[in-house]
Parts: sequence; C-alpha cells; structure tokens
Amino acid sequence: MLAVRDLHVRFGQAHILQGVALTVGAQPLAIVGRNGMGKTTLCQAVMGLVAASAGEIAFDGQPIQGLPPFRIARRGIALVPQGRRTWPSLSVHEHLRLVATRGARWTIDRVYETFPRLAERRRNGGTELSGGEQQMLAIARALLMNPRLVIMDEPSEGLAPVIVEQLIGLLRGLPADGMSLLLVEQNLRVATAVAEEVAIMVTGRIAATMPARQLAEDTDLQRRYLGVAAGGH
Amino acid sequence: MDLAATIVLNGLTLAALYFVVASGFSLIFGLMRVVNMAHGAMYLVAGYVGYAVFEPLYDRDVWYAWYAGLAAGVAFAAVFGAAVQVALLGWMQGQELRQALVTIGLSIIVADQLLAFYGGTPRQFFAPDAIFGATQLPGIGGYPTFRLVQIGVAVAVGIGLWLLLNRTRLGIMIRAGVDDRQMLGACGVNVPLIGIAVFALGAALAGLGGVIGATAQPLAMGADGRFLLISLVVVIVGGMGSVTGTAVGAVLIGLAEQIGQALFPTYSVILTFVIMVAVLALRPQGILGRA
Repeated sequence: MLAVRDLHVRFGQAHILQGVALTVGAQPLAIVGRNGMGKTTLCQAVMGLVAASAGEIAFDGQPIQGLPPFRIARRGIALVPQGRRTWPSLSVHEHLRLVATRGARWTIDRVYETFPRLAERRRNGGTELSGGEQQMLAIARALLMNPRLVIMDEPSEGLAPVIVEQLIGLLRGLPADGMSLLLVEQNLRVATAVAEEVAIMVTGRIAATMPARQLAEDTDLQRRYLGVAAGGH
Repeated sequence: MDLAATIVLNGLTLAALYFVVASGFSLIFGLMRVVNMAHGAMYLVAGYVGYAVFEPLYDRDVWYAWYAGLAAGVAFAAVFGAAVQVALLGWMQGQELRQALVTIGLSIIVADQLLAFYGGTPRQFFAPDAIFGATQLPGIGGYPTFRLVQIGVAVAVGIGLWLLLNRTRLGIMIRAGVDDRQMLGACGVNVPLIGIAVFALGAALAGLGGVIGATAQPLAMGADGRFLLISLVVVIVGGMGSVTGTAVGAVLIGLAEQIGQALFPTYSVILTFVIMVAVLALRPQGILGRA
C-alpha cells in the first residue's frame, strides 16, 4: 500500500532522513526509536508537509512525493500529528464537520459513539480540552476522513495509562475497518500491542525490522536501539 | 446638543465605511498572513469601474444605474483580488516582505493606470431616489439618508461575515486555516483555493467600500492611500483577523476623526495616530486581538 524507498530529507545542513525504506501493507507497522531519529520527519514527509530531497514515496503504486498535502490526503492518507495540532478556534463539533463525508464508514455519529467524551464536549473549543481529549479529537479527525492508511505520530504521548489502554483497543480495531496503520511510538508497549511488525529507526534509517514479539521479549535489543530497560514503560 | 449628536452620527457613518473596507483587509491578513498593500487600490479601482458602468445608465435615467455600478465595482474588485492571489501572491506564500512589496508596486501601477484611463477629475455616484435625500431624525433634524444606509450596509456586512465564519463549512475552514494552515491541508482541504476565495471576498469588501464611499463623497486619486492607511490603523487598533475587533477599531477611529475635526480641526489628523500609538504601547495585539 505505502512503499517508501531511499527517502532523504535535509533541513539545510542537517541530514534528517538518510535513505529510509519501508513498506506498509494491510497490517499495522510500528516504528520505534529514540528522540531525534527522524520519526516525525518521516511522517511529515509521507504526508507532504516537508519536502523530500531524494527518494520515492508511493501509495498504491502511484508516486506521491511532491504532491501538496491535500492531494495526498484525498488519496487516502490521514495524519494524527505529534502534538495533536487541533485547531484552537474550532469547537469539537466543528472539527468533525470540517472533515466529515456523507455515507462513509466513519460518520460524526459513529465518532460520538466511539468517543462519548467528545460527544459531551462537542461545543467546547479546541483549547478547553484535556490532553487525552485533544488526542481523541485528533484521532477522530483522521478517522472521519475515512482514509486507507492512518499515520499516527506518538498518539500515546502524555496520556494517562487507562486512556492508553483504550487507545490500544481502538488501534487494534483499525484493520477490521479497512484501515492500515503506520504507528510511530516511543511507548514500546503500545507499539508491540498494536503491530505485529516493528521497525526500528536509528539516525535517519530503518536499522532493523522484526516481529513485535521478538522486540518485546529481547531486552538486549531494546537496550541497544531504544536505550530502555526491560519492560519499557 | 444637536451638534454633538450630529458629530457622533457622522463619526458612526464614517466608521461604517471604514469597517466595510477594513474587514476585507483583516480577513485577508487573518488567513493568508498577507499585508495587502493593494487593498486601497482595490477600493479605488472598484469605484472607477463601478462609475464607468453607472454613468451611461444614469444619463439614460435608468433606475438601476447605481445598483449596476455597485455590482460591477464589487464584482470587478473580487475578480481582481482573486487574480492577484493566483498570478502573484500565491507564488510567494509565507514571504511576507516580498508580498508587501509586490502589492505596493501593484497599487502604484493601478493608481497610475486609473489616472491615465479616467483622468484626474473626481467622480461621485448619485444614490438612487429611494436612498437619496434626507431623513428626519429626532434630536438632529434632517440627516442624509444615504449615510444611514451606509450604517445598515456595515451592520449587514458584519452579520454576514459572522455567519459566514461561524455557520458555514467555508468559515470553519477559514478559521482552521488561521490557526494551523498546514494541518488544514493535511486534512484534505485545498488551502490555496480557500485562499483565492478569501482574497476575492476581501477585495469585494474593499470594492463595496469603494462604491459606497464614492457615493457619500467624491472619489479622487489618493483615496487608495487614504483607505489603505485607515484599514491598517483600524485593524491595528481593533486586532488583526477579528471581525469584532475591526468593528471596534472602525468605530473608535471614525468617532475620533469626526470629534477631532469638530473640536480641534488643525490637529485632528494626529488623534487617530495617538490612538494607534496608545494601543500599540498598551496592548500591541490590538483591543480584541489574540496575543
């Protein structure tokens, strides 16, 4: 579905992505790695928010690099960005109205059923929500676009443990809805619970790809690539 | 007492015109972050084009002459604004200084072309009979009806803009774009197209101001600079990108101008700038602007 080949991104002197290659099929793929390894830049490059200096990004076999973000979105890719980036001047309901399409699988009603908290706060502005609520809103906004691929950049960041469990349940349900998932996570537990396959990113490259179970069990690997002790978070 | 009431009413009618023009300026700045220095040129060009349509019809004594002039002026300004965004400013998105310089250059060209085309004689529309003449107001006496219409137009523009921004999907997109333009694009919205629509709307408001203003007082060369300056002052005082702020700024500046001219005619020009300096010193984001 998504195929990235030899992707390079530079910001001036900084060479952030140094030949990333990965493919995402129908099953979720998680990308883990320490801070500053280029995970967020990768998400933004796929979405067209930063320009690639070299390499190829293809979606359904069609090249998408160089397209404006809205065209990439219309081809069926949605982004839940790091930091949520909901719109402060819009109410919850307005966020949903802006992206909703009629007759699609995800509708505003279904969002309110799935996230009852958003239904309660439908009139509240984007700044009046808690971090967890903002994250739900950012996810709901992406789902309402009824994409075929969702890119999530650290969705568990700053969430309470009980909310993280809900998030895992929700992400696990995405394939059944016909949505594929590229999940960037610092939280190893979320990454391995949601995806069967995990890619590890080190200084702008995919250093290794392995079954999630293997990474979850191998503390040496975790220490080497992620610098976390056994058990992770 | 009569005099005071008349001065206040004069201030409010002037404020109404300022609001119509400045709201377009503020709208464009809010979404596009473009300080459109050609906003005054759009006012001027709408006035002249509207007059070119109005004059022959008026000579033939057609009742809709003024309305046709109004429609032509507004439509021309809208198309002109959209064309400026498509042909010039869209290519330099985010380069504020370049955009400011390009629009200054454009306004100089437009003003000179208008001078070459229409000459330097001032022109004034005659309002249709229905809104011409005087209306008796309690406590004031006869007052030009058209000036009251001017207030009505401004109120209608204000309500219309509020409804557009708060009740329509386009308005939601515009507000989202003001907050985070990039994310709006990532959600599948064709932001450049929204930008063209907003530019057309902002320019149309300048055009509406141009025809209304040229009906209330003669239109002449130099009006472009004047209305650009007023738009800037109104929006700085009221707060960039806020419709209510623009209204507050327009009322303050309109009243200050009229009261200043009545009380100390020689220095009245300074008063508006004193207000602007005071606002900038105490509340740099404007009275209702967000920090």
